[in-house]
Amino acid sequence: MYNQENCRFLKTHEWAFVEGENAVVGISNHAQEEISDIVFVDLPKVGRQVKVGENCCVIESVKSASEIYAPVSGEIVAVNEALNSDPALVNREPHAGGWLFKIKMADPNEVNALLDFAAYSATIAK
Amino acid sequence: MIHTLRKTALCAACEKAGGKMVDFHGWLLPVQFDSIIAEHHAVRNACGMFDVSHMGQIRIVGKEALHLLQYVSCNIIKSGANEGTYFHMLTEQGTIIDDAIAFCLGQEEFLVVVNAACVDEDFAWLTKQAAAFKVTVTNESDQWGMIALQGPTAVGIADKILPGVIDLPRFHIKEIELFGAKGYVTRTGYTGEDGVEIMLPNGQIEALWNALLKLGVKPCGLGARDVLRLEAGYLLNGADANQTKTPYEANCGWVVKLTKENFIGKAALEAKKAAGFKTKLKAFKLKTPGVPREGCKVFYQGVETGVLTSGTFSPLFKGIAVGYVASEIAVGAEVEIEIHGRKVPAEVVKTPFYKNRV
Repeated sequence: MYNQENCRFLKTHEWAFVEGENAVVGISNHAQEEISDIVFVDLPKVGRQVKVGENCCVIESVKSASEIYAPVSGEIVAVNEALNSDPALVNREPHAGGWLFKIKMADPNEVNALLDFAAYSATIAK
Repeated sequence: MIHTLRKTALCAACEKAGGKMVDFHGWLLPVQFDSIIAEHHAVRNACGMFDVSHMGQIRIVGKEALHLLQYVSCNIIKSGANEGTYFHMLTEQGTIIDDAIAFCLGQEEFLVVVNAACVDEDFAWLTKQAAAFKVTVTNESDQWGMIALQGPTAVGIADKILPGVIDLPRFHIKEIELFGAKGYVTRTGYTGEDGVEIMLPNGQIEALWNALLKLGVKPCGLGARDVLRLEAGYLLNGADANQTKTPYEANCGWVVKLTKENFIGKAALEAKKAAGFKTKLKAFKLKTPGVPREGCKVFYQGVETGVLTSGTFSPLFKGIAVGYVASEIAVGAEVEIEIHGRKVPAEVVKTPFYKNRV
């Protein structure tokens, strides 16, 4: 749905997929593997203004909490309510049903500053 | 300075089995293999095994072995053949140095199994106290590998390798011979399930691990172990107990037997008990989703009352935690736990969260 080849990434493993004036945000497959066993997602409030790089969401696994940073600036216009009852969707479908939230972009050019999939893959290669 | 992590004799076997290795009190140990939730499920419903070789073994031998143990323990150490006793070693102030199990191997011989992070301190403490007794105290921790096999099917599986172990009563020890070496099996564990813990010399422990793998036992890591022990209401020394807390404050009053003639810390405990305690370890269950963690602040009627010492996501009970808060807060009361700046309602509940089925 949000194919990783068509996403742009932060080094901190968040992806953004441009959908009109919105950016859909999630975490990479690599990140969900590292976090494993996701049991709760503390989603941001719809209507909240976020700046690029701002901590705006927390993903909890059994063993740890991971902060999620906004890949672009703008307004949170939607959150993935399905995660409230099934947070492990992020593990199963990090680039589809496990998306986190949507940001109405303040400046669509910000996306161009993010890593493309090849560059992101290089950062996680050992 | 480069800090080298210590490795157990099962380290390579754990890595081979897919263990995600982490630093645990200076030891390189698996936090999980495939999934903490799957490992938790295995132990609650079938069987799982843990590398607990980092735990310590201290042997006390001599005419006054029992006397020394009674003196350093607030609990009454049982001295029947092969009996084990869970106890706390206390400071003169009545606060907790460590929790451990003493197994009676004979009238003049006990094996004490202690927490990994406390081995050196426990050994130094026992050695210091031993000066007044006719005993020798030996730290054998580096010689032993140890596997905890836990779950409703654990003892049946252990019986295939150690015929007869199924008849070993709870909290008892038995000498064994396996893979050409002498060792011990105990009907104990720290998960709230039935099971055994098997000690073998470092050279033989991997053979046991491999035999258990062949029998289909799931390797489990520290992550699952922490969830299981918290559900079962067991303390994690260093987090839920330390040298500023008495057993009474740590919800372990049952371990203290003031009827004993004398033990280190008794006078202080009597005085502190008479004066009452401002805070006690209480258990909490979140009412809405979230994961409470060590360090989260606890609020009661809008006022900060304490801090969590352990907290996790339990597959059975969701967000659960323990922490030191005002003594008067009763079971059933509602508190708030601050998680990432968000106050989450929680109920004060009785421990254990999970009723031991053994």
